Amino acid sequence: MKCRRCPGTAVIELRRHNAAFCKRCFSEVFVEQVRKAIRRFAMIGAGDRVLVAVSGGKDSLALWDVLLDLGYDVDGLYLGLGIGEYSDRSREVTASFAESRGAQLTVVDLAEEYGYDIPTAGRKGARSTCAVCGLSKRYVFNKAAVDGGYDVIATGHNLDDEAATLLGNTLRWKTEYIARQSPSLAAETGMVKKVKPLHRLSELETAAFAFLRGIDYVVDECPLVAGNTQLRHKEAMNAIEASSPGTKAEFFLGYLDRGKALFAREDDVELTPCGECGQPTTARYCAFCRARAQVLGERLGEGPPVVVEDRDVVASMSGEVMPIEIYGRAPA
Amino acid sequence: MKVTLRNPDREVDVPGGRAIREVLDELGVSADTVLVIRDGELVTRHDHVAESDQLEVRPVISGGGP
Ligand code: SF4
Ligand SMILES: [Zn+2]
Ligand SMILES: [Zn+2]
Repeated sequence: MKCRRCPGTAVIELRRHNAAFCKRCFSEVFVEQVRKAIRRFAMIGAGDRVLVAVSGGKDSLALWDVLLDLGYDVDGLYLGLGIGEYSDRSREVTASFAESRGAQLTVVDLAEEYGYDIPTAGRKGARSTCAVCGLSKRYVFNKAAVDGGYDVIATGHNLDDEAATLLGNTLRWKTEYIARQSPSLAAETGMVKKVKPLHRLSELETAAFAFLRGIDYVVDECPLVAGNTQLRHKEAMNAIEASSPGTKAEFFLGYLDRGKALFAREDDVELTPCGECGQPTTARYCAFCRARAQVLGERLGEGPPVVVEDRDVVASMSGEVMPIEIYGRAPA
Repeated sequence: MKVTLRNPDREVDVPGGRAIREVLDELGVSADTVLVIRDGELVTRHDHVAESDQLEVRPVISGGGP
C-alpha cells in the first residue's frame, strides 16, 4: 500500500480518512493535527509554561514529545497511584522518557503526600476505583500547576476518549457535562487552564505515533480497569466505527462545531476556597477532600460528618474532567 | 506463524502466507484497534505475512483516560 502523500510504503492505514501514510508523512500529519488543535482553541499562548500530565501511556508521552518538539516550555508531572507493578513500570518509563529528552519531570506520590493509594481508596471509598482515581489526578494536577506557577495543564485525552465521554454523557443526558466538555477549559479562580491537544487524533494514531517515534510506553492495561464505564463506551463506539469509519470523529468534532452551542447556558457556579485545602469548590469542602476523608476515616473540620455523594454520579464519569469533581455540585 | 498478543501477554500459532487482514479476522480483532508489528516495523492489514514471520498484535484501546 502506498502513502497518500509520497511514493513511500504505507505503515498505517486510517480508514476514517480513507488514506494510508508512510512513517515520515504520518508523523507530519500527526503534528499538523496537534498544531491545528492548539491554534483553533488558543490552547497555549506565547511564553506560557505548560505542565503535561504524564501517565507512562502512549497518549501522554506522545503529547509531551510533540509539545517539546514544537518548542513549548513544557514540564511533566507524574502521579504515583500505588497500583503495584503497573505504577512502578509507569514511573520508570516516564522517568526514562524525561531523561532521554532532557525534560523536567516532577513526581508526586499519592500515598506519601495524601496518605492513601488507589487500590485502598477503591476498597474503602464510596466511589468506584476509577472515579476516585480520576478525582485524585485532577486535584493533584491542578494543585501542582498552581504551586509550580504553570499557566496551562495539558492532558493526553484523544479522540476516542472524548467521543466515549460524550457518548456516556449523551446516553444519560447529562446536559451540564455535555455543555462543558471542551478541549480547552479556561482558567478560573484557583483553577489552571486545561487543554487536550490530542483531541483530533484517534487512539490508533497516538499509539502509532508513539511507536514510530520509538517511545517506550506502557502497553499493559491498569489492572483495576475492569468495569470501567468509559471503556465500555469506547467498545460501543468502535463497533459503530468498524462498519462506518469516521463516525467517531463526526460525533465528537461535529459536536464541537455544531452541537456544543445548543447546550450552552449561563454558568452560575460560584467558587469559594475549600475549608480544608483551599482549592476552589462550590461546597464547603471540595470533592477531593471529602473523598480523601472518607477513605482515611477522618472528619473534616469541626462540622457534622461528611456526606459522600451518590456513587453512580461520579462512577459513570471517571475518565473526564468533571465539573462536579472540581467545582463540587453541578449547577441545578 | 507465531503471533504475540498483549493484555494479557500470550502467543498463538496461526497459518501465515496470507494478508494480515485475514490473520486479524481469524483472531477476531479489528484492524482499527491494534498496531501490527513485524520486525520492529508497523505493517498494515493489506501487507502479507510469511509462515516464518513473527507478529505482535498490540491493542491501542485504553480505559480510564490518561
Ligand atoms: S483504569 Fe481506573 S484505576 Fe486504573 S489508572 Fe485508569 S482511572 Fe485509575
Ligand atoms: Zn509518505
Ligand atoms: Zn479540599
